[in-house]
Order: sequence, then C-alpha cells, then structure tokens
Amino acid sequence: MRFFIFLAAVCLLLAGIMQQQPLAVLRKATTICLECIGIG
Amino acid sequence: MVRRKLIQFLTTLLYNGNLPGFWQGRLWQGNSKSVCLPGLNCYSCPGALGACPVGALQSALSGVFLRIPFYVVGMLLLFGLLLGRLICGWGCPFGLVQELLYKLPVPKLQRSSFTASLARLKYLLVVCFVLLLPLAYYLFTGVGIPAFCKFICPAGTLEAALPLTAVNANLRSSLGLLFGWKLLLMLVILAASMFIYRPFCRFLCPLGAFYGLFHRLSLFGIKVDMAKCIHCDACMRKCLMDCRKVGDRECIACGECRSVCPAGAISLGKKF
Repeated sequence: MRFFIFLAAVCLLLAGIMQQQPLAVLRKATTICLECIGIG
Repeated sequence: MVRRKLIQFLTTLLYNGNLPGFWQGRLWQGNSKSVCLPGLNCYSCPGALGACPVGALQSALSGVFLRIPFYVVGMLLLFGLLLGRLICGWGCPFGLVQELLYKLPVPKLQRSSFTASLARLKYLLVVCFVLLLPLAYYLFTGVGIPAFCKFICPAGTLEAALPLTAVNANLRSSLGLLFGWKLLLMLVILAASMFIYRPFCRFLCPLGAFYGLFHRLSLFGIKVDMAKCIHCDACMRKCLMDCRKVGDRECIACGECRSVCPAGAISLGKKF
C-alpha cells in the first residue's frame, strides 16, 4: 500500500511539474495573499 | 522533552528564515517558495521561505483556470507517507505557539469524550472549507475563494496579517470586518490554548486531519511493541491529545507517552 501511495505521489508530482504548477505556486506564494491577511 | 521543543524552534526558524522580511514588510521572492512546507505556515508570512500546502491547494482549486492540483497533492501525499502527524508534533510553528501558551500556569481542561467528538470537526472543515467551498464558489461565480485561508486560518493572521500590517500603512488602512473576524478567531484560539492543549490542532487543523489519515502508513512516527506492552494504559493517561491508542490518527507522535511507559514499549523513529 505504501509503495502505491509513493508511486502515486511521484506521478502526481511529475504531472504537476510538467504542467508548470510549481510556477503557479511560486507566483501565489510570492504575492501578498489578501485573503490570508483578512483584506481580500 | 527539551529536544522536541528545540526541533520545533529550529523548524520554525527554518520555515521562516527570511528575517529581514519582518521589518521590511516584504515577502521572500526566492524559488524555494515553489516548494510546499510540511507544516501549517502561511506563505504570506514575511519570513516564509516556502509555500503553505493548504493555501496552495485552495489557490489551485480557486484559480482563474481550475486545474487539478497534481503538484500540491503529490507533495501532501509524500509528506503524509513519510512523516504523517510527526509533522504536527515536531515541525509545525502554530503547534509550537499553542504548546508554549499551554505551559502558562492556569487551570486545564482535560480531554474527554466531548473533546474526542469535537476532534471530528477538522475533517468536516477539510471537506467544506478547503475543498468544496473554493470549488463551489468557482463553479457558481467563475472566481474562487481560498475559504479556509480567508475565513478561518489563525496561522495566517498571526504570521502574516499582524507582521505585515504592523509595518505597512497601506495594508493597515485596508483592514475591515474580515480582519476583525480573523483577529477575534485567532485570539480565541490562542486564549483557549492556555486552557486546552493544542485546540486548533485537535479540532480545526485541516492539515492535521489529512496527515492523520496516514497514521498506519507513515514510514516514520511512533509505534508500540505489543510484545512488550503490558496494557497498563499509562500512555493514555499521559496523552494530552484525543488518542484512543498510541499512534492513532489523533496522535501527533510527541513522544510524551514514551517517558511514562513502564515496559519501554513505545519508540519514536522508523515504523518499517
């Protein structure tokens, strides 16, 4: 079961990296999140 | 457990190492922010060197173009599989804040069947605020909202809102009812932390709820050698979380039970 979850995790990570999702995370994380600070 | 406190402090520093950000009122812009941190740590914290997994997940579900968040889910699965709720006990800054407040010498509310029932609330929160609300809002309006971050997360208020608004007059002038609500919620949780052990972690944290699902699968954590266990229940009498047994989904692997086990049956480390 652990092996399959590990495999799934790696596949999901790779799929996300191929879709450039880390870039989307970076964009969000380097801008002040107005919702998080109670403004937006 | 002095060693655990030290590791908690060190991970807090590791997660929030951009110290100049606090007095400059600016977020770290480095590439490390594309990586999710395992604990609950707001990515709008001026010190944060990584991204919040809960925030990143909601952001993906509430973005302009709805996408399946493969990357964030992959990271969450990896963290869960490797460490599970060990992250809660050893590597979460907001968990550390609650534990420090609990050390204050005031009367304590002991765990009970009521607190054990309340512990189920965090699973409802994950489903409603982290998953359904962002999706539903997006489907109905075309714009999503990171509902947990926006309406609930006290870590965001403490780590991001307060330090940023303290040094930024423009942000301060934009504060309104929503901030008032979040501030009140944060203060209630912090106040409750003096009387109740880790109330946010036990009753509200979506990350803890998720990691708790890996309690049987995680590679590292706490385990009981049943060959040595004499079923005295000393571990459960010591436990401050809502555990029914050592290592269940409410267990944060803090290891406090280890110190009272007369048979030396409890160990921290690899579970494989």
